[in-house]
Amino acid sequence: MSTTGTNAYTPTSRTARLSAGAADYLDERIGAARLVKGFARKVFPDHWSFMLGEVALYSFIILLISGTFLTLFYVPSMTLVEYEGSYAPMYGVTMSEAYASSLNLSFDIRGGLLMRQVHHWSALIFVAAIVVHMLRVFFTGAFRKPREFNWVLGVVLAVLALAEGFTGYSLPDDLLSGNGLRIIEGVILAIPVVGTYIVFFLFGGEFPGESIIPRLYILHVFVLPGLILAVIALHLALVVAHKHTQYPGPGRTNDNVVGFPLLPVYAAKAGGFFFIVFGVIILISGLVSINAIWNYGPYDPSPISAGTQPDWYIGFVDGLLRLMPGQPEFTIAGFTLSLNVFLPSLVVPGLMVVALLAYPFLEQWVTGDKREHHLLDRPRNAPVRTGIGVMAIVSYCVMWAAAGNDLMAIAFGLSINDLTWLLRFAFFVLPPVAFVVTKRICLSLQRKDRELALHGHETGRVVRTADGEYFEVHEPLSETERWVLVQHEAYRPLAIPPKKHEDGRKVPAHERLRANLSNFFFEDRVEPVTPRELEAARHHGDHEAIEQPEGREAERRELGSSV
Amino acid sequence: MRTLAARRRHPAATALLLLMALLVTGAAYTALAPDRADATAAPTVEGATGDVDRGQELFLANCATCHGLQAQGGTAGPSLIGVGAAAVDFQVATGRMPLAQQAPQAPQKPRVFSDQDVADLAAYVASLAPGPAIPEPGQVEVLDDAEDIAAGGELFRINCAMCHNVVGAGGALTQGKYAPSLEGVEGRHIYEAMQTGPQSMPVFNDDNITPEEKQQIISYLDNVQSTPSPGGWSLGSIGPVTEGLFVWVGAMVLLIGCAVWLGAKSS
Repeated sequence: MSTTGTNAYTPTSRTARLSAGAADYLDERIGAARLVKGFARKVFPDHWSFMLGEVALYSFIILLISGTFLTLFYVPSMTLVEYEGSYAPMYGVTMSEAYASSLNLSFDIRGGLLMRQVHHWSALIFVAAIVVHMLRVFFTGAFRKPREFNWVLGVVLAVLALAEGFTGYSLPDDLLSGNGLRIIEGVILAIPVVGTYIVFFLFGGEFPGESIIPRLYILHVFVLPGLILAVIALHLALVVAHKHTQYPGPGRTNDNVVGFPLLPVYAAKAGGFFFIVFGVIILISGLVSINAIWNYGPYDPSPISAGTQPDWYIGFVDGLLRLMPGQPEFTIAGFTLSLNVFLPSLVVPGLMVVALLAYPFLEQWVTGDKREHHLLDRPRNAPVRTGIGVMAIVSYCVMWAAAGNDLMAIAFGLSINDLTWLLRFAFFVLPPVAFVVTKRICLSLQRKDRELALHGHETGRVVRTADGEYFEVHEPLSETERWVLVQHEAYRPLAIPPKKHEDGRKVPAHERLRANLSNFFFEDRVEPVTPRELEAARHHGDHEAIEQPEGREAERRELGSSV
Repeated sequence: MRTLAARRRHPAATALLLLMALLVTGAAYTALAPDRADATAAPTVEGATGDVDRGQELFLANCATCHGLQAQGGTAGPSLIGVGAAAVDFQVATGRMPLAQQAPQAPQKPRVFSDQDVADLAAYVASLAPGPAIPEPGQVEVLDDAEDIAAGGELFRINCAMCHNVVGAGGALTQGKYAPSLEGVEGRHIYEAMQTGPQSMPVFNDDNITPEEKQQIISYLDNVQSTPSPGGWSLGSIGPVTEGLFVWVGAMVLLIGCAVWLGAKSS
C-alpha cells in the first residue's frame, strides 16, 4: 500500500515495518493490493455441505503430489524382464517392466508402498467426493440459472475423473488391471462397424500388444490431469464469478451472500480442512491395504482371478454387463453385432451422462423459470426433482451391486444365478418405487412444515380454560425457524392445451409435451404458507394468546415486514 | 508266409486282425499310460493305518444310505468304486462327508470321524478298486525356496485362481456352488482335492500337474497365508469391491463427518 498521505499507517515495530515493506514491494510489481482486495474480502456462505467439493479438490491435489512421486520410479514399458526384487513369491517370474517397477515401488523403494496406497485411496476418495458434491448440488437445485454451465463442467470433470481413474488402474500391468483392459477391449470391439479398427489403433495391433501401457501412461500423467486441472480452474472461476449459493435463512436473499470473508476465516478453515483430508488419507493408506498388486501376478491373457472387479466408480458398467442377458448378439451377413455388450457398456452409460448434462436445461424448460437463483432449494420443496435424484441413486446402486454379485452370492450363501435375476428385476422395479416413495415423503415433509409454520411446535402441555375447554399449547416458532419454512415458492403446472386451437391451428407437440411434463413435476404440490394464512392461523389460535400475549403481539408486528 | 498270405481271405481274418489291433493298442496303452496310484498298501492318515473290515462297518453305518451297500452309488450319492483313499480322506477328514443335508454343495464343517476312522474308511473304499492314494507326508511338505514358491504362484494363477481367487480367498460358482476359501486348508487336502476333483472341481492328475508342481502350489498357498499383508489390513484380499465399500463407509463417512464438524459453528 504505497501511500504518501498524512493518515498513512506508519508501522512501529520492526516486524511490522518488514512486512509492510514486503507488501509494498509485491504491490508495486504484481498489483498484490488489487488481488488481495478482490479475494481476501470475498464472502462465502458457511455450511458443511459446501465443503464436499473441497474434499474432491484436496484429494486431487494429493493425487498430483503422490502421483509425481510414483512417476519417479514407475517404468511405463511392456518389455519383459525377469523379476529380481525382494518379493519372494515373484522371484524369477517373467513380467513387464511396468509390473516389475510397480513391485519395486511396493517393496524396494522407501515409502513407495505408502505412496502407492495414498495415490490409490485418494483416487477412490476423489471420485466419491465428486459424486457426493454432485448430489448436494443436484438436490439443492444449485445447478439452476446462472450455474447451468458450471454443472456441465462438473459432469465433464466426473467423466474425466473416471477416465483418469481407469487409466491409472491399468498401469501396474498386473493380472487384475490386464483383465480390466481385456474387458475394455471387448467393449470397444462391440462398437458396430468401427470397433475392431479402434481396438487395433488403441492397442497397436492385437490385444494386449506392447503399446497400451505407454499410451495409457501419457494419458494418465499428462493429458487427463492437464484437462482436469483446466476444467477445475474454470469450475472454480465460475464459482467466484457467480458467487456461492446459500441456504435460505433470515437476511439471506437472492441478491446477497451472507457469510465470512476468505481472509482470515476461509483461508484458515479451508486450509485446515485440506490437512484434515490429507491426514485422513494418510491414516487410511498407512493402515489399510489397497490393490495388492503382488497378489495378482503379472498380466497374462490366459488366467483370471475370481472376484475380478474394477474400482468402485467403474463398477456400475461392470454391473450392467453382468446384468445384461447374452441373447442380443446377432450375426448379419458375416458381421457380428454384439448388442449384449454394446448396450450395457456404452449405450446406457452414455445415456446416463447425457441425462446428467441435460437435466438443468430440461428443468428450466419445464418450469419456464428464467430468473437467477442464488438461494438453494430445500430438497423437500422440489419433490419431483428429489424423487428423480433418489431414483438415479437407486438405479446406480442396483448396477453397482450387480458388479459384486459373485461376492454377495458367497457372503450371503445365495445362488449367483438367482441373485442376478433378482437384480435384473430390481433394475426396472426399484427406481420407480424409489421415485414415488421419495416424492411422497417430500410432500409429507412439506405438509409437516406447513403445519409447523401455521401452528408452532407442539408442547405436550394441555390447558383447560375457565370455560372447561381443553387445548394443547403450541409454542410459536422463532422468526428464524419460520423464515426457513415459509420462504420458498411453488411452481404451478401449466394447463395442458388442446390438440388444436379454436381456429383449427395445431398446437405444437413440444408445447403439449412441456405442459405434460409440467404437470408431472408440479401436479402434486403443497402450497407454501402465505402471510395471509399465517395471519389467519394466528387469529384461529387466539386462545393461546392467554399464555403469551406480549409474544404474540410482537410476532404479529414482525409478520408484515418479514414474510 | 505263403500259407498266411493264402488264408488272407479266410472268414476269420478280419476278426483276428481286429483282435490283434486291439491287443497291440491295449498293450501300448498299458506300457505308455501313467501308473495308477498304488492302492494295495493300506492307507495311513496321520499315522493311523486303515483296517478294511472296520472301514466297511463304518461305511455301512454312515455312508451306505446314499452311496449304496456296495458303494455302487444311487440317486442320492455317486459311486465310490475307484475314487480311491485320497477322495475319502479329503471328503471325510475336512468334515464335508457325511453330508448334513442336500445342498448345492457339501460345506466344510467340523469333522465327525477320528483319524483312525478315516483311515479305515479309506482302506475300505480303496479296496473296492484302485484309485488315487493319500499322499505321503513328504509329498505335501512346504518348500521354502523362493523359486518354488514363485513357480507355485504361477501354476496357481493359471489353474486355480479363476475359481479360488489369486490368493485362495474363494469365489462363486453357478447355482449356489462355490470354490471355498483355501485359508488354513492342510496341504494334504489341497493335494487330494487336485487329484480327486471333489464336487465342482476338475481333476488335476499327475499329468496335468506333476506331484512336484502340486507341492509348489501348496508351498505358494502356505507362503501367501503365512506372510502378513505388506500394505496393512487386507480387507479379505478379495479385490476392489471391499476397497470401494471401505471408501464409502469408512473414508467418506469420516471425511463428511469432519466437514460437518467444521461447519457446525457456522452462522
